[in-house]
Amino acid sequence: MEIGLNHYLVLSTILFAIGLVGVMRRKNLLLLFFATEILLNSVNIAFAAISHFYGDLTGQMFAFFVIAIAASEVAVGLGLLIVWHKRHGNIDLDTLSTMKG
Amino acid sequence: MEKYLYIALFAPLVGSLFAALFAATPKKTFVGVIGSLLIFTAFVSSSILLSYILGGGAPVHVEMMTWMATGDLYIPFGFVVDQVSVTMMMVVTLVSTVVHIYSIGYMDHDKSFNRFFSWLSAFVFSMMVLVMSDNFAGLFIGWEGVGLCSWGLIGFWYHKEIATWAANEAFIMNRIADLGMLIGIFLVYWNTGSLQYDIAFAAMQGLDASVLTWIGIFLFVGAMGKSAQFPLHTWLADAMEGPTPVSALIHAATMVTAGVYLVVRANPLYDLIPHVGLFIASLGAFVALFAASMALVNRDMKRIIAYSTLSQLGYMFVAAGLGAYWVALFHLMAHAFFKALLFLGAGNVMHAMHDELDPFKMGGLKKPMKWTFIMMTIASVALAGIYPLAGFFSKDLILEVAMIEHHYIIYSVLLFTAGLTAFYSFRLVALIFHGEERHKLFGIDPHEAYKYMLIGMSPLLILAIIAGSLKMTYFEMVTQLLPATEYHIHSAITYWIMTIGTQVFVVAAIIYAYKKYANSSVKVPDGTSAMENSLGYKILINQYYIPYAYEEYIVKPYRELSGILWKQVDMKVVDATVDGIAGILYKTGENTRDMQSGNLSTMLKWMVAGTVAMLSLAVVFGLAARYSDEILAILSGLGV
Amino acid sequence: MFEAIAFYLFAFLTISMFFIAVTTSQALYALTALAAGMIFISAFFFILGADFLGAIQIVVYSGAVMALYAFGMMFFDTTREVKEKQGNKYIVVGLSTIAAVLVVLIFAAPLVSNNITALYPVIEGAGNTQEVGMVLFTKYLIPFEVAAVMLLVAMIAGIVLAGKKMDLSITLMNDAEINEIKTEQTKKVLS
Repeated sequence: MEIGLNHYLVLSTILFAIGLVGVMRRKNLLLLFFATEILLNSVNIAFAAISHFYGDLTGQMFAFFVIAIAASEVAVGLGLLIVWHKRHGNIDLDTLSTMKG
Repeated sequence: MEKYLYIALFAPLVGSLFAALFAATPKKTFVGVIGSLLIFTAFVSSSILLSYILGGGAPVHVEMMTWMATGDLYIPFGFVVDQVSVTMMMVVTLVSTVVHIYSIGYMDHDKSFNRFFSWLSAFVFSMMVLVMSDNFAGLFIGWEGVGLCSWGLIGFWYHKEIATWAANEAFIMNRIADLGMLIGIFLVYWNTGSLQYDIAFAAMQGLDASVLTWIGIFLFVGAMGKSAQFPLHTWLADAMEGPTPVSALIHAATMVTAGVYLVVRANPLYDLIPHVGLFIASLGAFVALFAASMALVNRDMKRIIAYSTLSQLGYMFVAAGLGAYWVALFHLMAHAFFKALLFLGAGNVMHAMHDELDPFKMGGLKKPMKWTFIMMTIASVALAGIYPLAGFFSKDLILEVAMIEHHYIIYSVLLFTAGLTAFYSFRLVALIFHGEERHKLFGIDPHEAYKYMLIGMSPLLILAIIAGSLKMTYFEMVTQLLPATEYHIHSAITYWIMTIGTQVFVVAAIIYAYKKYANSSVKVPDGTSAMENSLGYKILINQYYIPYAYEEYIVKPYRELSGILWKQVDMKVVDATVDGIAGILYKTGENTRDMQSGNLSTMLKWMVAGTVAMLSLAVVFGLAARYSDEILAILSGLGV
Repeated sequence: MFEAIAFYLFAFLTISMFFIAVTTSQALYALTALAAGMIFISAFFFILGADFLGAIQIVVYSGAVMALYAFGMMFFDTTREVKEKQGNKYIVVGLSTIAAVLVVLIFAAPLVSNNITALYPVIEGAGNTQEVGMVLFTKYLIPFEVAAVMLLVAMIAGIVLAGKKMDLSITLMNDAEINEIKTEQTKKVLS
């Protein structure tokens, strides 16, 4: 069976949905970051697939930059997580409610 | 000449505003003096205008500015000084000047002295607007203005609940009548296309009788309220709660005559509908008798004079209703002079008697209060219609009119009422000034009023005496505008029988009154005498139980209804709806506040939900954009 | 055909790995599953002919990012089970499903898919890496440099956030001062 663009897009969407589930469900901040990584990766797949099927390199370029940004985001995010852990002793999401309205 | 018009019109307003500046400060005499001076200025301007009109000048017509110019409706602030209005202006400014000067002395010890002059001058201004306007809208503005100032003046001593009640009664009754007047004005505009007197009356010639009848009836309803005709008459007697100068000015000379003025002004209309005129005349005759009967037994000095005013207003309406407009206006003028004089004299007596109003508790005041005695007696003689004082010429003329027009019932009613008028007027004079000095029992020591007050009252005295001689001059002038019907009884014998018979009847009534009340055996009635317990007396002293009926059958149910509407409808329905809407908004806010819980997990869920919502919107709009033609076809098929 | 087999195989693997990553209660399992998923995603890149991207995926994601996460895990108590609040899981799953369906709808609509044009077309004959290099260093040079600056900033931020006692510099102190600090620390502990 011919694998077309739609297959990759459906795959990407499924992965994105899984990532959304993780973002909404996880209470541990670290595991939340994992789910964010899943989101980014699914989008990368979509970019690469579209790039391949339309013969355009723009998608791959974008995927590069997404990877770069994801990496730096992890660095900064983990740094912040460490500071928070030092202050509060845990990284439970429910304690992160100082922005209560 | 226009500047005299403006001076006459606005001088009272300036006086009122000037006095209003000091309304909250204690008494300052110069406020009264300046107020009186400004009214005197208006009087001088009115006299200049009068001499101009008398000398054959054309009516002065000004349009000060446009009030409304919308579509077909054009209402200016326009003023006209013609023969009718200059007569009224003279009367109003003269009596107002006298009353202002009198009030300086009367309100001497009152702490709201300045406020009084403000209201009084405002009243004069409104009355001037009323009589000088050249369209129905200006008339109505003045009408409402005098109603308001009358309210303010009747309820002047507002800490007395009876005064505020009387003021409200006056205002509300006038307002009820004003509804009729407004409908009349609307009908005038609707059928004739203009509210200007000249244009409207010219157009009325072409309207059919039923429309004119309705217009006439509704305008007369307004006049009924202002001039206290039955059944809207109870406010006039209760209006005596106000200070006596107020009664003199408003309820003798000016405001209550506004109704007569309206009918006189609208004479082209009432000429076309003589059956309405007959109704007006019949009602006037009824009121004359009705009021005179109530004055027979009353024990309140000012109320007696108030009923007398009511009765004389009935006379004026008889004349106006029967088409004798100039006669009505003449009686209005003469009546203003001697009635104001009567009221001011009564004010002197009240002041001397420390606000005692029961004439039975006075007596023998002719020695300490000589001048007041003279003035009140002369005024009563004029009121009774004895030759050669003013009342004879005006009242007897009305009797002649009734006889000539073959309305014998009206004639006999008016004749009988003339006798009653003489009787109760002199009953009052006799009880106050003659007989034993009953007031000594109550420890009151009377003294005469201030000299300047008496001097101020003297113009009225002079005019009450000589006004009759002005009749021909007045007739020449005013019939340039009003229909000039001369009333002659062809048969000289009938004329002399009528005149002499009337005079004899009146003099007999006076003598009877003196015999009954001027002797020394008059005691203060204390509710035990046979007459007091008779049914007739009871009916009359309770004013035919009409105020009681109004209170029980109209005021009380209305108050109940208002209470129900307030509690059940307004509070439960209207307020609940408004509060409900506010409550919904508030609750929505409170509930959506939970969205900002600070919990990152919840907020992430909300973020995804928002994304889903926007994606759905994108899908819907994309589909709509794609299939817009089909959607339009479906919607037009459904008839949207 | 091979492509189809490879696609479905790796798709199944990726989905299951990521599913484990979001649903397990053990943090360590999540980390491992995530790392595995990254590797399988790089397989997709290879299938699609984006060799350079696939290599980068393995090196950066599975190597650097996962290593970072592993270091991060060392700070936190990973033996403890993660307590999940009993949120309504239907909302969660439902929302995600709807989002997925909508996205698919949007992308599958002819309006979108018929209007995509190639801006930087593939040059035949050169290998993927060369093509990437050619485009990256000519047309995407500025984003490249900016990304480099951003990475520098992120690195410094990471160091500053996580560093301890950064006002002291051991390399610049002589031995005496270092011994002094050590004895002070031990003194505190003893007393």
